[in-house]
Amino acid sequence: MLELKNLNFEIKSENTSQNILKNINLRFENNKIYVITGPNGSGKSTLVKLIMGILSPNDGEIIFNNKNITNLSINERANIGISFAFQQPITFKGLKVRDLLDIASGNKNDFNMICNYLSTVGLCAKDYIDRQIDSKLSGGELKRIELAMVLARKGKLNIFDEPEAGIDLWSFENLTKIFSSLKNSITIIVSHQQKILEIADEIIMLKKGEVIKKGSLKDILPFIENNKCFKLRGNNE
Amino acid sequence: MNNLEKKILEKISDLHAIPNGAFNIRKNGELFERNSTKEINIIPKKNKNGIDVIVSPNVQNKSIHIPVIITIGGLNDLVYNDFYIGENSDVTIVAGCGIHNKTCKTSVHSGIHSFHLKENSKVKYIERHIGEGNRESGKILNPITKIYLNKNSEMFIETSQIGGVTSSLRKTFAVLKENAKLIIKENLLTNDKDYAKSFFKINLLGNHSSVEITSHSVAKNNSYQEFKSNLIGNNECFGHVECDGILLDDAKIISIPMINASNKNASLIHEAAIGKIAGDELIKLMTLGLTEKEAEDVIIQGFLLGN
Ligand SMILES: Nc1ncnc2c1ncn2[C@@H]1O[C@H](COP(=O)(O)OP(=O)(O)O)[C@@H](O)[C@H]1O
Ligand SMILES: [Mg+2]
Repeated sequence: MLELKNLNFEIKSENTSQNILKNINLRFENNKIYVITGPNGSGKSTLVKLIMGILSPNDGEIIFNNKNITNLSINERANIGISFAFQQPITFKGLKVRDLLDIASGNKNDFNMICNYLSTVGLCAKDYIDRQIDSKLSGGELKRIELAMVLARKGKLNIFDEPEAGIDLWSFENLTKIFSSLKNSITIIVSHQQKILEIADEIIMLKKGEVIKKGSLKDILPFIENNKCFKLRGNNE
Repeated sequence: MNNLEKKILEKISDLHAIPNGAFNIRKNGELFERNSTKEINIIPKKNKNGIDVIVSPNVQNKSIHIPVIITIGGLNDLVYNDFYIGENSDVTIVAGCGIHNKTCKTSVHSGIHSFHLKENSKVKYIERHIGEGNRESGKILNPITKIYLNKNSEMFIETSQIGGVTSSLRKTFAVLKENAKLIIKENLLTNDKDYAKSFFKINLLGNHSSVEITSHSVAKNNSYQEFKSNLIGNNECFGHVECDGILLDDAKIISIPMINASNKNASLIHEAAIGKIAGDELIKLMTLGLTEKEAEDVIIQGFLLGN
């Protein structure tokens, strides 16, 4: 179980400070899928980065499986089973798909293992295994490799920040199948996609850094419809 | 050869034993062993240290190994090696110098190489430099490479010097005739107070000649690197220099571009990007379980080997 207790995050510049997240209290249970949604700039990426340790809260606590992890580094959190797919995948100079999948899984993979990870995300292993992870890959390809790395980690808490962005040529069915197949773990997905909200056990709606509603899709939909500046995206958008 | 010498040989040339085919192994300033073949003749120079390597026309897929092994201190080794590649030949030349210096005296190796490629010939030239032993003692390498590419010839150069060489000054000069093509990949890592300078002067003389230089370098601790390139375009030609550097600690890298286009159809580009390791690359690798230090090593290794 993951618990966020009274998390606050603010950004201070010279003479102003901006509260990006305010008093966040949430619980995430094993074997459930959570979708965090809300308008652009509402703090979704910031929230999941706090969980991964990429950002640190100004106050509050993060408890994972009864352990206070608030002060653990990114890699310490990774090594207790938290993994993270970035909204904007990071590119490198000279590192190949194979290298990152080996690092992600913590051991050298044979071709069949790599083929497994890549085919799950709709990529043909022999075309990609030796490709460098750089800007020569398309945004959609990078997003899928990003997903494959999370699969290779076999984490206990898997976080995906807008995984659907740019996967145009692939289907939502495949994507949702991946999320539903993650067993014995907590899944947190940041998304605006109706299809992804549909597989959620619980949806958390953020607005201006605050949780304004939690519940099932049925509970959330009226809220979204009342919100002028936020719409869910359908299949073809 | 003893075990240490065998190890150095392996590191600079991937050879586990004396190679087949043409080779010239130089050890501690003297010839160790040499072999010529029917197609590749290696002739020692009469008036100075060094060899002439003569490759007959139409020789395909043959290799020539010319490693230099130094295991003593206080040596100052100067060698002149000249390569003459016959028309339509396609060969790989593996050079390299390994200095293992346990003493406190400096050892220096200066390899002055010239390559003369006849029409339609191709050379792949691999050169590896390593330095090891006593960290305090000087391990100095000062290679000079002169390249003459005739019509339609191609040369591909891969040079690497990944740590251990305390000081190096590398000079590369090339003249390219019509349709000739030169590709250079340079990988460099300096530590401690190492000092590495690399200087290129490329004269694109012929119509449609082209050069591409990619330099990936990493400077750590208090080391200093200088990269200077001078592209001269006298015709409709293409030249691209990319100098990419990663800086750590208090190291310094200087990149000096010079482009000299005397023909309006010359297209010459120099790109340089020098900076510290990107924070988001470190963060990504840390989310995969690596410590910051491990992540740094993976990024540097990929950067140097992936060029
Ligand atoms: N490094 C930063 N400096 C200043 N403002 C930031 C920074 N990162 C995020 N923000 C601000 O924090 C808010 C939340 O951002 P983010 O978490 O990325 O939102 P979301 O993912 O919901 O679109 C936005 O108003 C954004 O402009
Ligand atoms: Mg976001």
